[in-house]
Amino acid sequence: MSEHIVSPKIYIAIFAALMLGTGITVWAAFQNFHQFNIVIALVIATIKATLVVLYFMHARYSSKRTQLVIVCSVFWLAIMLALTLTDYDTRSHETQPGVSHFAKPVPSHFWSV
Amino acid sequence: MHRTGDLYGHFQTLEQQKESATLGMWIFLVTEVLFFGGLFLAYTINRSAFSTAFGIGSNTLDITLGAGNTVVLIMSSLTMAMAVWSAQVGKKKLVSFFLIATLGLGTVFLGVKAIEYKQKVDHHLIPGRGFDMKYHPAHPMAGDNLEELALEKEEVDKAFAVDPDINFHGQLYFSLYFGMTGLHALHMIVGAGLLVWLIKGSFASRFTPQYNTPVEIVGLYWHFVDIVWIYLFPLLYLIDRHR
Repeated sequence: MSEHIVSPKIYIAIFAALMLGTGITVWAAFQNFHQFNIVIALVIATIKATLVVLYFMHARYSSKRTQLVIVCSVFWLAIMLALTLTDYDTRSHETQPGVSHFAKPVPSHFWSV
Repeated sequence: MHRTGDLYGHFQTLEQQKESATLGMWIFLVTEVLFFGGLFLAYTINRSAFSTAFGIGSNTLDITLGAGNTVVLIMSSLTMAMAVWSAQVGKKKLVSFFLIATLGLGTVFLGVKAIEYKQKVDHHLIPGRGFDMKYHPAHPMAGDNLEELALEKEEVDKAFAVDPDINFHGQLYFSLYFGMTGLHALHMIVGAGLLVWLIKGSFASRFTPQYNTPVEIVGLYWHFVDIVWIYLFPLLYLIDRHR
């Protein structure tokens, strides 16, 4: 494996892109996109994270073996998130807006122990 | 252990040694991804279950400090990357300069975090018996924007009507907030320790174009901690600002 040296120009370009992404995230958070606010925030965060992994962490220039490990981490994370969330999501439905069935009434003695 | 210069006995070349170290660090980072992933999962489930309380909790955070810290941390990632570059091209003085800059920015981040934690203590938002989401709107502190606070009071009152147990569910938000940012800060402190070690090495001109593995590996760790914050910032600070 011959070493690939990433030039400062690329680092600064990535830095500028990350700053831009941060700006867009903050701006978008104050707009009302209804249920898409969270989607937009997560998409921007994922683009930023990908840029950091590819360039700051040199994944783009790493060996295939290292790249495989990186992809595996995303894959395992996806398994954990997807299976747990589908489990929670299929148990029952919300009872009132803002409070789901998980929100059992607090026992009255809770505060007076 | 037997070693020749920077090459340990069980490797044949410096390149092979670096490749092994990089692979090992990435495998560690996979475990870190799943470690933080579990916390993000707990956060997601609780947020969907108690969205009112989480929205109110999120809106008490200071967006200027949060966004400022995001900028500081991304800058520290840039200086870390530049330290790696400086080592690769053999600019020894620049290695020290960029490592010190990274440590400085990391310290600024932790300082701002401490200020934020202090605010939460003052506002009675630490999970426990003193926890009260109505406290701060009813007790303005020096330097508070009273108009904003009046809006906050209105929001909190509305939230209490929707979710009478909001002081209970709000503690879930703040437990996760302190748990996640605290664990992140702990990683920063470990990273700062590693940087001190690297700075010492750089003063002794340890890192050269032939051998810069420690800088590269600590860099991987530092960038990972940056990535965690890239997700924490929107999820903790920004989720409910549009209402």
